[in-house]
Amino acid sequence: MIVRISMEDQYEVQDEAKLHEFDSAAHAAIDGDDEAAFHAAYEQLLAFVRAGGPVDDDHLGGSDLILPPADVSLAEARTEFSGEGLLPG
Amino acid sequence: MPGLSGRMSTVVKSKISKMLDKAEDPAETLDYSYQKQLEQLQNVKKGIADVVTAKKRLQAQEGTIQQGIVKLDTQARQALAAGKEDLARTALERKNGAQTELQTLDQQITDLQTQQDQLIDSEQKLRAKIEAFRTKKEVIKAQYSAAEAQVKISEAATGVGEQMADVGLAMQRAVDKTEQMKARAGAVQELEAAGTFDDLTALGSGEDDIDRQLRELSSGSAVDDELSKMKAELGTGGLAPVRELRSGSGEPPADAAPEESAS
Repeated sequence: MIVRISMEDQYEVQDEAKLHEFDSAAHAAIDGDDEAAFHAAYEQLLAFVRAGGPVDDDHLGGSDLILPPADVSLAEARTEFSGEGLLPG
Repeated sequence: MPGLSGRMSTVVKSKISKMLDKAEDPAETLDYSYQKQLEQLQNVKKGIADVVTAKKRLQAQEGTIQQGIVKLDTQARQALAAGKEDLARTALERKNGAQTELQTLDQQITDLQTQQDQLIDSEQKLRAKIEAFRTKKEVIKAQYSAAEAQVKISEAATGVGEQMADVGLAMQRAVDKTEQMKARAGAVQELEAAGTFDDLTALGSGEDDIDRQLRELSSGSAVDDELSKMKAELGTGGLAPVRELRSGSGEPPADAAPEESAS
């Protein structure tokens, strides 16, 4: 699947199950209201996505998944998860 | 996939489909999309220029404050050498405040540099996608039937649309950052107007209390120097004529010029 990290790039991710594991960890940190743990977990998730390698710049396909930027705060992540979202409407 | 990515993916997809809905004819859709992409590219360029302007303004402020720090340091040394410890302390206190301000500015400039780099990166990626889209749209127009074209257009436009949304986010963040800095600069100006940062506002061209006192000090010591010289030449000593000289603006002491007693 193709995953976009906002303000970075689109990446090719093979192991979707593994991605879900990292996502769950990040969510646990959001639920626990632990900013430091969230950043650590989210950074791990992003590192996993990046490891798949970026798609070519002129690739025109869309992404199956769009992740918030690396510097997303816990508050923003929570909004992204349940509320208004990071992108201006 | 539920979770972090859900909302962003949904928003981007709905934006793209809105864009594609605007035209029914495939060729028209392609040209319209391409037009939108070029507009967005212009917006990004403008966004980058805005960030560069904001950064230059901060760098200019930084230069002014750096000059001020050097000046305050010199003033403190002068004051101390002249035995004016209070004055030296005030100058050092102001220098300290200016240094704190400098650190804040440093951080802001670094932040803006990051925004600028991100925008430039986004712009390059968007440009590459638009270029790929331009090629693709001619192929689609020439080779596909209307029904097939719709699917191909959708595929092609999604990638560019996502990149446009991404650039939009980068620009939004840059604007937020510069707005925050403007708000802060406004707050600083209000404090300055209230006299809180007299040291900083007076650093450039104006003259503040420290300047005046130091000038008086240095002119005072020039008088003292001249007096010492004079004393050596005349071979006189003692404190009384010295005091008289200082207040009498360079006139010889009364006891050395008896003819003036007529006035």
